[in-house]
Amino acid sequence: MNLKISALDFVQQVQNGDISAEDFVAETIQRIQKIDDDLHAFLSVNDDAINQAKSIDKKIKSGEKVGACFGMPISIKDNMCIKNSKTTCASKMLENFVAPYDATVISKLKQQDAIFIGKVNMDEFAMGLTTEFSAYGPSKNPWNPEYVPGGSSGGSAVSVSAFECVASLGSDTGGSVRNPASFCSVVGYKPTYGLISRYGLISYANSIEQIGPLTRTVKDTAFMLNMIAGLDSNDNTTIDNKNEDYLSGIDSGIEGKKIGIITEMIGDGIDSTVLSATKDAISKLEGLGATCEEVSLDMVKYSVAAYYTITATEAGSNLARYDNLRYGYEFPVEGYEFNSYISKARQKFGPEVTRRMIIGGFVPSAGHAGKYFLKAMKVKSKLIKEINEAFKKFDLLIAPTVPVLPFKLGEKINDPVSLFLIDINTVTANLTGKPAISVPFAISNGLPIGMQLFANSNEDKLLLQAACALESTVKLPEVPI
Amino acid sequence: MTKIGLEIHCQLTHLKSKLFCSCKANYREFEINENICPVCMGLPGSLPRLNQEAVKKATIIAMALNCSTPEKIAFFRKNYFYPDLPKNFQITQLNIYGDTSVGGSGSIMVGDKKIRITRIQLEEDPGRLIYEGSSSKNQITLVDYNRAGTPLVEIVTEPDFESPKQVREFLNILSDLLENLGVSDPSLEGAMRADANVSIEGGNKVEVKNIGSFHDLEKAAHFEITRQNSLHSRDIEIVQETRHWDDKRKITVSSRSKEEDLDYRYFLEGDIPWVTMNDGIVDELKSEMPESINSKKERYISKYTIPVQVSEVLSSDKYYSDLFEQSHNESNAKEIANIITTDLMGLVDTREKRDKSKMTSKHLSDLADSIQSGKISRNSSKNALHEIVKTGKELSQIISELDLGNVSDESELAGIISEVISAEPQAVEQAKSNPQTINYLVGKVMQKTKGKADPTKTLDLLKKQLT
Ligand SMILES: [Zn+2]
Repeated sequence: MNLKISALDFVQQVQNGDISAEDFVAETIQRIQKIDDDLHAFLSVNDDAINQAKSIDKKIKSGEKVGACFGMPISIKDNMCIKNSKTTCASKMLENFVAPYDATVISKLKQQDAIFIGKVNMDEFAMGLTTEFSAYGPSKNPWNPEYVPGGSSGGSAVSVSAFECVASLGSDTGGSVRNPASFCSVVGYKPTYGLISRYGLISYANSIEQIGPLTRTVKDTAFMLNMIAGLDSNDNTTIDNKNEDYLSGIDSGIEGKKIGIITEMIGDGIDSTVLSATKDAISKLEGLGATCEEVSLDMVKYSVAAYYTITATEAGSNLARYDNLRYGYEFPVEGYEFNSYISKARQKFGPEVTRRMIIGGFVPSAGHAGKYFLKAMKVKSKLIKEINEAFKKFDLLIAPTVPVLPFKLGEKINDPVSLFLIDINTVTANLTGKPAISVPFAISNGLPIGMQLFANSNEDKLLLQAACALESTVKLPEVPI
Repeated sequence: MTKIGLEIHCQLTHLKSKLFCSCKANYREFEINENICPVCMGLPGSLPRLNQEAVKKATIIAMALNCSTPEKIAFFRKNYFYPDLPKNFQITQLNIYGDTSVGGSGSIMVGDKKIRITRIQLEEDPGRLIYEGSSSKNQITLVDYNRAGTPLVEIVTEPDFESPKQVREFLNILSDLLENLGVSDPSLEGAMRADANVSIEGGNKVEVKNIGSFHDLEKAAHFEITRQNSLHSRDIEIVQETRHWDDKRKITVSSRSKEEDLDYRYFLEGDIPWVTMNDGIVDELKSEMPESINSKKERYISKYTIPVQVSEVLSSDKYYSDLFEQSHNESNAKEIANIITTDLMGLVDTREKRDKSKMTSKHLSDLADSIQSGKISRNSSKNALHEIVKTGKELSQIISELDLGNVSDESELAGIISEVISAEPQAVEQAKSNPQTINYLVGKVMQKTKGKADPTKTLDLLKKQLT
């Protein structure tokens, strides 16, 4: 049984009767049992998965209508609610939280006969970009387990990269899908803000984050998007995509498209191998008939500072509900007054979450908001203006997903500022609401490099077409595990 | 000079669902913590879904209070920790970054005094705290979240009131207005709550929180003014502070909480997109707005020549004016107004009695028509009305069952009149010279018929027999 196939191939083979969902899922679980002690992508594995696969096989045999996933095993970042299963956000604070409802993406995928193979690791409450801030221990990069897999959707990227599932859902607040996708050599996509419902996604910075698929191919991402995108009455920020089919015409190519290279994202601090990979990508895109030229987005310089100010503010509010009064972990209330109880209960938050909550209590506070939060909001709106201006001239923008190569576990964990700066190429898409995608592009000394494309709002289809074209220009080695 | 400003919280009790989820806005009929869902419990991953109907109703209130309505409505988060607040922030509105709450500055007349409205905002009600245990040592706090997320409209006034009496007059007008708009039932427990700012000449402003009913609001204002005056007369400084209303002892008590020092870290609620209020929507709401109390009153006076005082009473109470609107026509309007304001009001003066009442608008029009056509006397109609409210039976059935119909058969009446004439020779004699005395004789006929004699016919026949 070959687990190393794309989602579209999986569907095809099950549909043709070449393989059964049950065999594939059983084999996948065996692989998880075999390799995940080392990689630690999973926080929990669905022990009913094989039974679910059996019943889908039955449906196929009896000629019943079967959903588009045909029993495809998908992993889910542990910040999305699946009814009756634990959803911990990789935090001790939610150690015992069992979600009583399904996130919208989950119910949509259930209808399409997907199998949720397990919940995967992440930085606690999605705050981090290495998965080292998980309260349950870090995930490892399958390309070299001494290296971080990126984050915060590290478990998603690892599980797709190491063939522990066919596809995964992550969430992207400042690059949390694209960054680990780049570090683990899989496709990672952050849609236009509002394209995918966030209902059931545990909020970190709700005004800028989106759920996004991590897959082996760009076409698989389009396939996933077809199932989970669109208006949702449970999320007032969703947009009507008129049931767009993102797979149709995905091979259209990029001939005649104008692509802007973002100057601020290939400047100071960029690793030389990442820079040469970027140049290579540009010449390959030109080879496909696109024209490329540099474009400056001045506000990118301030984007990381603005990003951390805004996300800390929203996190401070979004995470305030974790007072352990209604759900959480075992910690009796007797003998406490309200304030002393919650301050004690909230000590279960890990160091990075605590750090950001403290910042989040400070930057929007009376007397400081003008200097920090409101200034950050100004940077955000100026950045939106600049990028909109750029999209008047260009169809797409390009930059490396991460300016550096994956680094070793523990290397930067005690240096939050240098960690923050790694976000410089990804936060712009979140602050502006634009869609962006990371495509595996090169392997340098056994470590992956991802290339990032941006498109204007609601141009997700164009973005996927361009990503598909870029993907076709490279043939990358298989993960050595 | 005494200055009083109010912050009134009014639940939109007539809405079907809460402000951000589909749980019931009418939480009162539920067992504790039965009217809740992931959204109003603020469970991880849940998102608010704005109840558009609540925005409309709140806007209608704003328009009725002559407030400006913004082009765009936005919601903000007010961040603070409290056990009745499932998310530890409240979704509310704010006008710091431009006017984005449902209503801007407006005003309403209270007698000759203009009371300015500062703003009107839409927000979610928190849950309800229940304290158990006697001493503070063993006291425990229980939380019922059934109320959490109920749509609440906050009406903030300028400090324009000069006396508790003015406050009461304003509250009466406001209650009638809210009821007439069909947005709220002020009589429901907890549907109307208020905070008051009170200051006297030369003193600091004192905020009184936690006033659970309109009735207590006037009392609280009165208490606070007396307290402040007494301090002032003894040259003791009136500290600027927050006090709360103790509704058992009916006094205000200093709150030791440092609520004034709280920093709410307001910022925009990104989960709810801005609501555009274009001219089309505003015009549509205007056209849907029920007729104002004043306009009803004027119409009753000018169209039906109903007396001013009767019109006032009839128009200010939605229950009575709705009955009137549904039952009247050109010819019986005055009679119906009369029945409602003289007879019905005594029968259904409480909410419970109204709920129990079996009377329909058809009963009212039947009754008025029967009085006008002489089928039943004004006197008997009172008894009939009582029976209608109690049983809901058809008027004709009640008339025959209780024998309330007028005696209008001429020969029967003539017989009774003859008896009266022979029993009252003196009065008959007087009546020939003094026409007033004839009314005395009519009264005697009425007595004999227990008020059922047709008064017009009786008079006619009497006159005939006397000449
Ligand atoms: Zn609810």
